[in-house]
Amino acid sequence: MRMPDTGEILLQVEGVSLAFGGVKALRNVSFDIRKGEIRAIIGPNGAGKTSMLNVINGFYHPNHGAITFKGRTRAEMQPFEAARGGIARTFQNVALFKGMSALDNIMAGRTLKMRRGLLWQMLRYGPALAEEIEHRHRVEEIIDFLEIDAIRKVPVARLPYGLQKRVELGRALAMEPDLLLLDEPMAGMNLEEKEDMSRFIIDVNLHYGTTIALIEHDMAVVMDLSHRVVVLDHGVKIADGTPDEVKKNQGVIDAYLGVAH
Amino acid sequence: MLYREAGQFKTTYAEDMAIFPIRQDRIALAILLGIAFIGVPLLADFDIWPFGSDYLLRAILLPFLILALAAIGVNILVGYCGQITLGSGAFMAIGAYSAYKFGTGVHIPLAWLGFAISIPPLPVPTSILLGGLMAAIAGILFGIPSLRIKGLYLAVATLAAQFFFDWVFLRVPWFTNYAPSGSVNAPALNFFGLHVGTPIERYLLCLIFVTVFAVLAKNLVRGNLGRQWMAIRDMDIAAELIGIRPLYAKLTAFAVSSFIIGVAGALWAFVYLGSWEPLAFSIDRSLQLLFMVIIGGLGSIMGSFVGAAFILILPIMLNLIPTQLGVPLSTETITHLEFIIFGSLICYLLIKEPHGFARLISIGKEKLRLWPFPY
Repeated sequence: MRMPDTGEILLQVEGVSLAFGGVKALRNVSFDIRKGEIRAIIGPNGAGKTSMLNVINGFYHPNHGAITFKGRTRAEMQPFEAARGGIARTFQNVALFKGMSALDNIMAGRTLKMRRGLLWQMLRYGPALAEEIEHRHRVEEIIDFLEIDAIRKVPVARLPYGLQKRVELGRALAMEPDLLLLDEPMAGMNLEEKEDMSRFIIDVNLHYGTTIALIEHDMAVVMDLSHRVVVLDHGVKIADGTPDEVKKNQGVIDAYLGVAH
Repeated sequence: MLYREAGQFKTTYAEDMAIFPIRQDRIALAILLGIAFIGVPLLADFDIWPFGSDYLLRAILLPFLILALAAIGVNILVGYCGQITLGSGAFMAIGAYSAYKFGTGVHIPLAWLGFAISIPPLPVPTSILLGGLMAAIAGILFGIPSLRIKGLYLAVATLAAQFFFDWVFLRVPWFTNYAPSGSVNAPALNFFGLHVGTPIERYLLCLIFVTVFAVLAKNLVRGNLGRQWMAIRDMDIAAELIGIRPLYAKLTAFAVSSFIIGVAGALWAFVYLGSWEPLAFSIDRSLQLLFMVIIGGLGSIMGSFVGAAFILILPIMLNLIPTQLGVPLSTETITHLEFIIFGSLICYLLIKEPHGFARLISIGKEKLRLWPFPY
């Protein structure tokens, strides 16, 4: 087990509340994510984990509270602004572009980095072609890193689930994010696929220095991977700390196992 | 055995990203272009069958080329960006009438402001491209609802464009230069000092337009913008989260698509029809274009050509075959038969292969690569 880094704070969530009509998905949740760490968000089903990620990357707008990312505080923003700010994301249910090849999916992740306008792209000559090739090089590095060389030209709809998850991670990595949000990266995977994915997550963190926030239900994975863990239950934060601290927390044990009221 | 890519190694990404990475495809394309640019004019020049009369050129090849161009435009919007449109006929009309106005001189009397805007008649190539530009502007305006509405509801919004422009070009006499019959004649087709008059000249002109636009469109759809369009089509939420702005992606798709459709409309009016009335660009035209794209293959430039060929040539074939077989059928029966066979063929195709001919061709190619082995 590695010790949590004591880097500066990359993202600070302060008193965020989110309600859908009468349903309170998040209630006054505060926590921070430090630069370079792997931060896990766990909790039983319906605890508000995915809602929390959606608030962070601007897909939901919180009713109360503020989010400070890279020193800039704001209550809400649009998803593409979050993307421009350096937040990338994968989804619980794979959200790939089904009609495109694995390569094109990952290339799409480079959109924000590509500068040539419509007319240049139309000619696809000189600077436009050079740009396309330059980004292809970066994407090929990611493909190499994720070991998906053999399937790069395959339409993603034809790929097995585990590989789709990997392509989705590749697309997020292509954005060269400062903060990578992973929503259940190992859901529905077998042991071997989980081991592969864990290796990729650790490598991303070490190799690219990317800060990662992940939601995961497999406790063994969470405890091994993450530096610090936030526990949500019914939209409320019930614990926050290192995996060892969280494991011993009575509130967390109660939330997971249930207690007699 | 012929169609095999073994031994064709690519050593640069540029080679790997070529339009036709496989050598056999490139050879086939070169042969096709050779026939289209050199073979057809030669045959026509020596009056060799089937070019003895102008029929093939004027009634089949010319409309095929122009409608294939329009189908490319529709395919960019419907096939690549996933925005359904029923208004492509209207955008062809905008291209045609704008080109007509620019070609015959624009005069907008603004008496209440005390002056008038007057543009002298512009050369035909400029008029045609300006026609495309006007269609692109209209496309952007009518594309704005797509930011809020999707699918069938968007189709209804574009249908509104169709009926609106049908009405405008029929009822606002300014667009037809106050022609009493409502029908207008295209200006003389002078291209950079060359007069385009004979069928073979018209054919070559359209062929050049179609080839250039097909290459430009192909470049766009395999570049960054094309990936943005497809991302919006496949999953707009995920697209937004990787930094694609739906506003930019959708409106560029509307603009590029309408531009190409507008140019096709101008060509249709100037080169194919010569003189026309608003009926030439009715809802039937929109539906015909949509069928071409769906049957040819959504999201495929090549599919646009195949679809256009199928939709245009099938009715002609259905007309010819009974006559050739010596079965005497009345004209009415033939027309009805045409509808029945056409409709059932489309249904059958869509059930067997919802992705159209383009997918059938790519499946065929995959099989060919392995032939004669099953895998």
